[in-house]
Amino acid sequence: MPKRQEKKRKDSKITRREALKLGLMTSGVTLLTSTKSFRTHFLEAKVCANGSAEDGVDRPINSPPTRPFLQRLPIPPIAVPQPGLNPAPSRKANMAGGEALRAEHQRWDDFPQKVLYKIHQKAGLHQFHPQLPPTPVWGYDGIVPGPTILAQQGVPALVRFYNNLPADHKGWGIPETTIHLHNAHTASESDGFAADFFMPGQFKDNLYLNTPAGIDAFPETKGDPREARHTLWFHDHRVDFTAHNTYKGLAALYLIFDDKDTGVEKDLRPGALQLPAGYGQFDIPLILSDKLFNPDGSLFGGIPGSAPPLGDKFCVNGVIQPYLPVFRRKYRFRLLNTGPSRIWTFTLSDQRPFIIIATDGNLLPSPLPMNMLTVNVAERFDFILDFSKAQLGDKIYLQNTQAMFVRGGTEPVALPPNIANLVMRFDVVGDCPDDSRIPETLCELPPIELNKIAGTRIWNFDLENGIFLVNNRIFDETRCDAQVQKGTAERWILRNKLPHSRWVHPVHIHCEEFQILSFNGVRPPPHQRGRKDVIALSGGDEAEIFMWFRDFTGKYLIHCHNLAHEDDFMMVRWDIVDQPLPQPAATFIPHEKRIL
Amino acid sequence: MNRRTFLTKAAKPFSLDALWRRHYTNVVLTTHEGKQVRFYDDLIKGKIAAINFIYVNCEGICPLTTTNLIQVQEALKDRVGRDIFLYSITLKPEQDDPTALKHFAQMHGVKLPGWLFLTGDPDEIETLRFRLFSVDSPNIDENIEQHTGMIHLVNEPIKRTCKVPALATPRQIIQSISWMEPTTVRMMKRSKPTQAL
Repeated sequence: MPKRQEKKRKDSKITRREALKLGLMTSGVTLLTSTKSFRTHFLEAKVCANGSAEDGVDRPINSPPTRPFLQRLPIPPIAVPQPGLNPAPSRKANMAGGEALRAEHQRWDDFPQKVLYKIHQKAGLHQFHPQLPPTPVWGYDGIVPGPTILAQQGVPALVRFYNNLPADHKGWGIPETTIHLHNAHTASESDGFAADFFMPGQFKDNLYLNTPAGIDAFPETKGDPREARHTLWFHDHRVDFTAHNTYKGLAALYLIFDDKDTGVEKDLRPGALQLPAGYGQFDIPLILSDKLFNPDGSLFGGIPGSAPPLGDKFCVNGVIQPYLPVFRRKYRFRLLNTGPSRIWTFTLSDQRPFIIIATDGNLLPSPLPMNMLTVNVAERFDFILDFSKAQLGDKIYLQNTQAMFVRGGTEPVALPPNIANLVMRFDVVGDCPDDSRIPETLCELPPIELNKIAGTRIWNFDLENGIFLVNNRIFDETRCDAQVQKGTAERWILRNKLPHSRWVHPVHIHCEEFQILSFNGVRPPPHQRGRKDVIALSGGDEAEIFMWFRDFTGKYLIHCHNLAHEDDFMMVRWDIVDQPLPQPAATFIPHEKRIL
Repeated sequence: MNRRTFLTKAAKPFSLDALWRRHYTNVVLTTHEGKQVRFYDDLIKGKIAAINFIYVNCEGICPLTTTNLIQVQEALKDRVGRDIFLYSITLKPEQDDPTALKHFAQMHGVKLPGWLFLTGDPDEIETLRFRLFSVDSPNIDENIEQHTGMIHLVNEPIKRTCKVPALATPRQIIQSISWMEPTTVRMMKRSKPTQAL
């Protein structure tokens, strides 16, 4: 992009004159004047605390009205590999060349061939809806959502992330970033550790090996093929500012294909699943976010000191309530909840089931039809919809029914059964040949090798005096709260220690995925029996999971993926090391002492 | 003129400044010296500030958080009171008058310039607390035993905020305060980025 244009984009703040022109929609917006007495504010605060929805004192509580289904669902563009990068990527951080500080790339020489990408994090203007003025956003390559990376298992990708965000930024969000590839089995230095953020003008090379976990144990296939991952996403992870930075738009998809999930429908090679395929054609991303818009079309980032609020505008792939023309055939959809905090529960208006094929980016052993789908923050569901028996002209709605607590309320507020809660519409418009299948068997899960378990580790999530605690400690990025030994497995117990709280904590663990051994003492429901990287814990819930620690050493995170909680320090650092120090007895029970 | 142009032309602009001003309120508070100050105009506007809530006879976290903040104040030296300001607001304004607050500060060994202990009208202080620290669960929010242990950090000129637990280490609190400085300023200062493992 020419320099001038880029500069213009950076200065995308709306001028006073434009703002006057765009103005404030008076209907449906509660902006009380400053003449209101503080006592009234107090009364309103009390009213909110006693259950009347939003605190509406000093913030917009409704976005400007928009007409649904005006826009076709856009498909994020595909990131284009680069023939080379200048300066050339190196094992050691090239700080003289502008790279941010990082530890040396692990396994650099094990994978000499790397596909190179460069992605610029920068400000841009984005049209969320034709009836709204363009909205200032931050995006990977300046777009929302960012470009999708299509990767091949076994072929590593090195992505150079430039920070071109405006250093003189004013307002919510911080132009300092660190990028986490969610669901990837990644060495610590490329994992986007929350405190290893970098500044405008710097770049950082993240090396994604695109290889399943178990590289050492499965040298021939470079990883255990049963650990293959398919639907991943990358997003900002800047400590304390993640909610705002991702809400501004720093999120994108990353898909990995392999010799089962090949991305080709008419694939007659043995083992190929022949799932509906063709990125953006019959394999369609549905990246969900909820936004609240100011009357001038800019995003409302929340009251000072708080994460962005729940949004009243439901966006898919960056546009409000789109429609998608579909043919009478099968489609694969990849649903992702980017947060910051909303949980979605979906049904389809014609009661058609979602045929779930993958959870959190990992194939299930076999397809699972579900009529209702709850998606916590950062969770992913890949599902197939078969429109082959639909009538031409049918319109099928994806509707959200999840009631959410709103600030100050005592009961969750049910969504009114109205058009605003229809997230998108599928329009059946024609016919098209279909070579795809829904195989009865999708994959084999890696075995849970209980005899490899070195011990049981407990993670208690709690809140005291408004401070989130994990095992009674406050997150400190310089303090490792658990050292695990590389090459071992452990049984982890995750507990939401506030039985009467109404918070759901979608707990996310970096580096390795897990299988759920039990949830509140019983076997988890069928859709949670695959490999997961997010587990939602409601008040008092306890989950027992099986974790492996393979291939890399370094620092990793566990955190609540409700980004409001994450930014309020609901996070813990743990390290994978070659030789751990003695462990505190309260949270780690070695296997030989375990009562079976 | 279609409906859309009509609506947009009739409308008023959205202002972040106005929202901030309303959010923080401009209530009149009284310092431990008995001086009257306006919350937004005198304490927030144009400044980097760290705000927490305490009360004098708290037998929970207040002694610990105050001790922590004293270490922060010592480390930040003369910047406290010059471009960084610390405010501790009482949660029990009925009991904590300026004298009580001053006594509390002196008892803990607080060096008072640059760090204000504040009291005021109970209803208005409740509004401030609700605005800055409400916990999204009323039974916890209204329980004084569970009163907030977070520090609200703000840089008004660049409209940046975040929170840090007052029981985090002084190093962490200082780090979070440093994040309130404009990124441009920090880029110039930053000789040693976060240590890689």
